[in-house]
Amino acid sequence: MSNPSVESPAAGRPGTRPPAWLVALAAPVTAICAIPLVYLAVRAFSGGPAALERWLFRSRTLELTGRTLLLTAVVVVGCLLLGTATAWAITRISLPASRLWPVLAALPLAVPSYVSAFAWLATWPAINGLAPLALIMILACTPYVTLPVAAALRMSDARIDDVARLLGAGRRRLFTTVTLPHIAPAAAVGGLLAALYTIADFGAPAMLRYQVLTYAIRASYLVSFDRQAAAALAVVLVLIAVVLTMAERQARRGVAGRQVAVRARRPGLRRVSRPQTALVAAGLSLVAAASVALPLVALLRRLWLGTGSDPDWGRLLASSASTLGLGVGAALVTAVLALPLAALVAHYPGRLAGALEGVAYLGHGLPGIVVGLSLVFFTLAVTPALYQTALALIFAYTVLFLPKSLGASRSALQAVSPGLAPVARTLGRSRPVAFVSVTARLAWPGIAAGALLVMVTAMKELPATLMLRPIGSNTLATELWDRTAVARYGAAAPYAVALVVVAALPAWLLSDRSGRAEP
Amino acid sequence: MIISRRRLAVVAAAALLLAGCGEPSAGGPGGSAPPNSFVLYSGRSEELIGPLVKQFTEETGIEVQARYGSTTEMAAQLMEEGTRSPAQVFLSQDAGALGAVADAGLLSTLPAEVTGKVDPRYTSTDGSWVGLTGRARVIVYDSQELRSNQVPDEVGPLIEPEWKGRVGIAPTNASFQAFVTALRLTEGEAAAEQWLTALKANAVQTYEGNGDILEAVNTGALDVGLVNHYYWFEAAAEQGAGRLRAQMKFGKPGSASALVNVTGAGILRGQEQNAAAQRFVAWLVGEQAQRYFVTETYEYSLIPGATGPEGAPALADLRGPDIDLSDLASLEQTVALLQKVGLV
Repeated sequence: MSNPSVESPAAGRPGTRPPAWLVALAAPVTAICAIPLVYLAVRAFSGGPAALERWLFRSRTLELTGRTLLLTAVVVVGCLLLGTATAWAITRISLPASRLWPVLAALPLAVPSYVSAFAWLATWPAINGLAPLALIMILACTPYVTLPVAAALRMSDARIDDVARLLGAGRRRLFTTVTLPHIAPAAAVGGLLAALYTIADFGAPAMLRYQVLTYAIRASYLVSFDRQAAAALAVVLVLIAVVLTMAERQARRGVAGRQVAVRARRPGLRRVSRPQTALVAAGLSLVAAASVALPLVALLRRLWLGTGSDPDWGRLLASSASTLGLGVGAALVTAVLALPLAALVAHYPGRLAGALEGVAYLGHGLPGIVVGLSLVFFTLAVTPALYQTALALIFAYTVLFLPKSLGASRSALQAVSPGLAPVARTLGRSRPVAFVSVTARLAWPGIAAGALLVMVTAMKELPATLMLRPIGSNTLATELWDRTAVARYGAAAPYAVALVVVAALPAWLLSDRSGRAEP
Repeated sequence: MIISRRRLAVVAAAALLLAGCGEPSAGGPGGSAPPNSFVLYSGRSEELIGPLVKQFTEETGIEVQARYGSTTEMAAQLMEEGTRSPAQVFLSQDAGALGAVADAGLLSTLPAEVTGKVDPRYTSTDGSWVGLTGRARVIVYDSQELRSNQVPDEVGPLIEPEWKGRVGIAPTNASFQAFVTALRLTEGEAAAEQWLTALKANAVQTYEGNGDILEAVNTGALDVGLVNHYYWFEAAAEQGAGRLRAQMKFGKPGSASALVNVTGAGILRGQEQNAAAQRFVAWLVGEQAQRYFVTETYEYSLIPGATGPEGAPALADLRGPDIDLSDLASLEQTVALLQKVGLV
């Protein structure tokens, strides 16, 4: 994470003490993210070791942990390969309809994994187990890798490639020695998000009957309403998250964080032969068909088969509106809150920044039911007047999804030369003002991308939304749940389609800031 | 960047505008329901309970602020909220959840004239909640693979080799656990353990819920499954009974396979004086609501002498085992057994 190439007056060098105001702003952000962890500690260890023993230390927990790890490994490797290949194709190869492909690559974000799982099962009823589940999760999570890697590829400096070529590097050598180190930090962040999503997901593994830790967590609520046992099992997920976060940091280390040179020459598009172009386009189309078109078609078919009445357009519109509103609210609040922590990590790397960042990621691997209950606990204890209001729900989304914004903002801030803000300060700006008006402004595309990622995920969130939404209000996800819970899949279809359409909005905007070449 | 920033701004503005229109007016902070209204936590979905609540409001003028969720999560939420819960009434999909909430000291005692309306076999023993509807355990089967007389009306034979890998259960589901409890109490602990162990060895397929099992049978992915009868009626209502591959076999009268699970409702502690909440719970065991449950959700009314849903055997003829479904100590033993054989 060091930036040896940069001459910077203060910021950027490891070991430089961060300003007090930045720490004062960043530390509370980590504290917010740690709410579920504190709750878990209170619940898991309050009742003595009996429940821990009963649920934690048995061979079944070991078995479920093994399955969780296996699934996560397969999904992460799949996402890294597919995501890097997709990012390469949409940023470096000259394709017809060039603006279509980045959008298609981001669109799977709009499809909740539980909707894909249902659609695949409706199409091929007999599938179950690791292979189909991993495929569905890979398709759902690949954009987490594609988007940051495409952004990194787009920001790379073609002059470095030229130098490598002059020194005699072949195409493969160029990729492994120049391109790969350049995209590695972005790929690592994407892989981490995919991994945390995978260990926390409940819906898709449950439907494909591959039992993982979230299954046991929900089971312990189900079978004995034992919140202590559930908390004990969730601690295992936190430990996995610790390992994943450390692995990601390892992947980032050693690769020098590179500033974007202001005069960098952006790499051009490579023209390939016609059959090759067709092959690449077909591959991208196939992925989009499997991850987006198939779920939509399966749902619409179900609607067609059903004998139910027409959808209630008023309800559909009202829940679309509240989904969109909550999503925008969550995106704005989260992006603003994540900024100081992202700045601290980007410009003052060190033990303090590392610890604050690491803790912020841990809660991200917890299933929604645990985070939801922790916020029920927290809101009632701290601000009971806000319990079950839109504000409290948006806060819950912030706790759940802040790491999504953190990674994107951090990479973007890292790319801004830390020397610029001090220049602004010589012009009489205060440090915070200089940060906002210069650094944050330049990093704006990355910050916006993080916010959009939060928006698209918040729109699909279910368990915490069910617990914390204002009474009487619905989102598209809760409406969808309300119908699938009683097996009215036909009646659920319009809401699922609306959810994909509404969530496609931030996905489309995201593609805009990662894939397309600068005008 | 200029174009995309404008694009972003337009979308954000439209979203905020829409959200402004869509924001609900109802819903304040905890426990501040205005008079002549109350807060309902419903562990059953709005698709089923919404129309009933509407009928109640039309008849009584009492406004119901309803929160819908799944029973398990809602019971956990109620226990997390404790005495600060905004809810006055908890409507649950299963007796176990009501037992857990009552056991945490969060339910008040209902008036005897309410609980007395229901057959005492299907309601709480201490008056902390009242049974509302019953669901019979059934075996669903793929009618393209099996004829009715090939399907057993008891679970015993399902451990035979001919059923290897063809049976589906939902071991984390409350209704399956209630069935295991019934098995333990009617056949004995040893026999129940033996059956579960043999079932697991016979490559039983485990699913998340009853709906998933029915879906699997109906699509031909599974041959037989243990579910509650009302899921079949629900699917028949949406897809047309004639189009369903899955068919039902009711359990042998008097056996554990003929168990009837109940849904129920209770009033939270400290809310005993809430007249609106009291009136709602009393109304739920009244004639109109009971008729709704029988005809619209295809469940059994638990009022003695009431007729069952059309096309299902009468409740009295099922003669399900008489067990206390909200007895947590017994539920704990069932869970311990399921853990021991490795099904949960």
